[in-house]
Amino acid sequence: MKPRTLIGLATILVLLLGWYLATDLAGLIDRQRFPSPGDIMAAGSQIINRGYAGGTLLTQALYSLRLVVLGFLVAGVTGVPLGLMMGLSRRFEALVNPAFLLVRPIPPLAWIPLAIVWLGLADSAKILVIWFAAFVPAVINSYTGIRNVDQTLVAAARVHGASAGRVFWDVLIPGSIPMIFTGLRLSLQASWTTLVAAELVGAVFGLGKVLSTAYRDIYPAMIAVGMITVAVLGAVTTKILAIVERRVIRWRET
Amino acid sequence: MAGNLTAVRPGWKERALLSLAGTAIFFGLWQILAISALVSKFVLPSPAEVVIAGLTMTAEPFAGATIQGHVLASLGRWAMGFGLAAGIGIPLGLAMGYWRLLDAIVSPIFEGYRYIAPLAWVPFAALWFGTGIGGPVMVIFTGAFAPCVINAYRGAHLVEAHLTEAARTLGAGGMRVMAEVLLPGALPSVVSGLRVSAGLGWQSLIGAELIVVSSGIGYVLVQGQSNLAPEIVIAAMLAVGLTGLLIDVALRFVESRIRQRWGQTA
Repeated sequence: MKPRTLIGLATILVLLLGWYLATDLAGLIDRQRFPSPGDIMAAGSQIINRGYAGGTLLTQALYSLRLVVLGFLVAGVTGVPLGLMMGLSRRFEALVNPAFLLVRPIPPLAWIPLAIVWLGLADSAKILVIWFAAFVPAVINSYTGIRNVDQTLVAAARVHGASAGRVFWDVLIPGSIPMIFTGLRLSLQASWTTLVAAELVGAVFGLGKVLSTAYRDIYPAMIAVGMITVAVLGAVTTKILAIVERRVIRWRET
Repeated sequence: MAGNLTAVRPGWKERALLSLAGTAIFFGLWQILAISALVSKFVLPSPAEVVIAGLTMTAEPFAGATIQGHVLASLGRWAMGFGLAAGIGIPLGLAMGYWRLLDAIVSPIFEGYRYIAPLAWVPFAALWFGTGIGGPVMVIFTGAFAPCVINAYRGAHLVEAHLTEAARTLGAGGMRVMAEVLLPGALPSVVSGLRVSAGLGWQSLIGAELIVVSSGIGYVLVQGQSNLAPEIVIAAMLAVGLTGLLIDVALRFVESRIRQRWGQTA
């Protein structure tokens, strides 16, 4: 193992040990405010086995995951083509840009109250907000990606008699794939942040509901369990997206 | 079709006309939807109603203050959280770029922290620091911290090693190297990071105000929602967007000035 990794591991171990000593053993820190490792384990096993805020950890996590995936997919399916079209046609860009520029500075979280006025606490309200949040990075990066494709390549393909359709599928799309995925990665992050916020503002189920219930019950260990679950799911979905990206690039190259 | 389209560069007149048409279509559709009986006024107010609601709020207090008052309250919190994030994040990032040991110690913790959505800190922030000033400031801090650290760290790596070595040979200590060699060298990258983190901090603040705080522009959003007054909600959304835009424009200006003075590195 590299010394760097060793130092990192050692740091984490020291921190965990110090945390355990300060809370569970010595009781230096008020556990009503800052949970100990033992408290978090207990809270974890409580929600896994008996459930909390209306469901077990698995059902709550799957519920939130489903909303994120749906919102993210809707945003990707609408945002990437829109960005590509704006990149392809300057006329279309000029037509769409004003509305886009007007909506873009509004932080996605500011849509939450409007979504609640429109759709209440239903799943559709969350998906709408996630869509707004994830849409903008998908559009901007797809646009930048297709705009920055080397024009020499396009010209070369055309000189060799490629039709417009072939130029699009075989030159422009492969050239923009890295940027499209950069955008999708940002979209995915935005999806998780927005979902947590939307569920904290109002939800009947899901990880945000776990967090807000734990806050109301002053149950810091359960807050920590909720946060850790969100972080792990965010990390796992990001990893899956990276795997998809590698697959797509390899498939394109052959 | 596709290949040809990229080659077409319509003149600025045509583009301006199309932009005008786009704007007209956007507001036209909105207006038609609002005044037709298709959607109720409690769902989608017309653009005019939104403007009137916004203007009314500049004179008559809503939810405890005028809209300017709420924006200023939010901006004050934002400035505190952002200042803290920059004040801690930039030195930390530079130091991580300079001392390998510190980098190895902090990196794993930092990587874990980055995966936690800033808004997930809201319950702890409220529990630890209350919902007045401390809690929201902590949420802004958690949102704005990461880009400060990352860009300072990257910027420090961009500074050529022989410059820091030269400074060391001439007898400068770690602190002086950081302040007088690394910081100026990393400045362009640091400022880009500040711009990103300003935006994230502003956004996190809105989230915090939606959830637990009872003043500020985010609170206007919530109050408008519970009063079923979408015109107030939309007017407040525009105020949020405009403020965020102004912050961004100000920082862009600073960024371009610094790039001019301190050179090319990104």
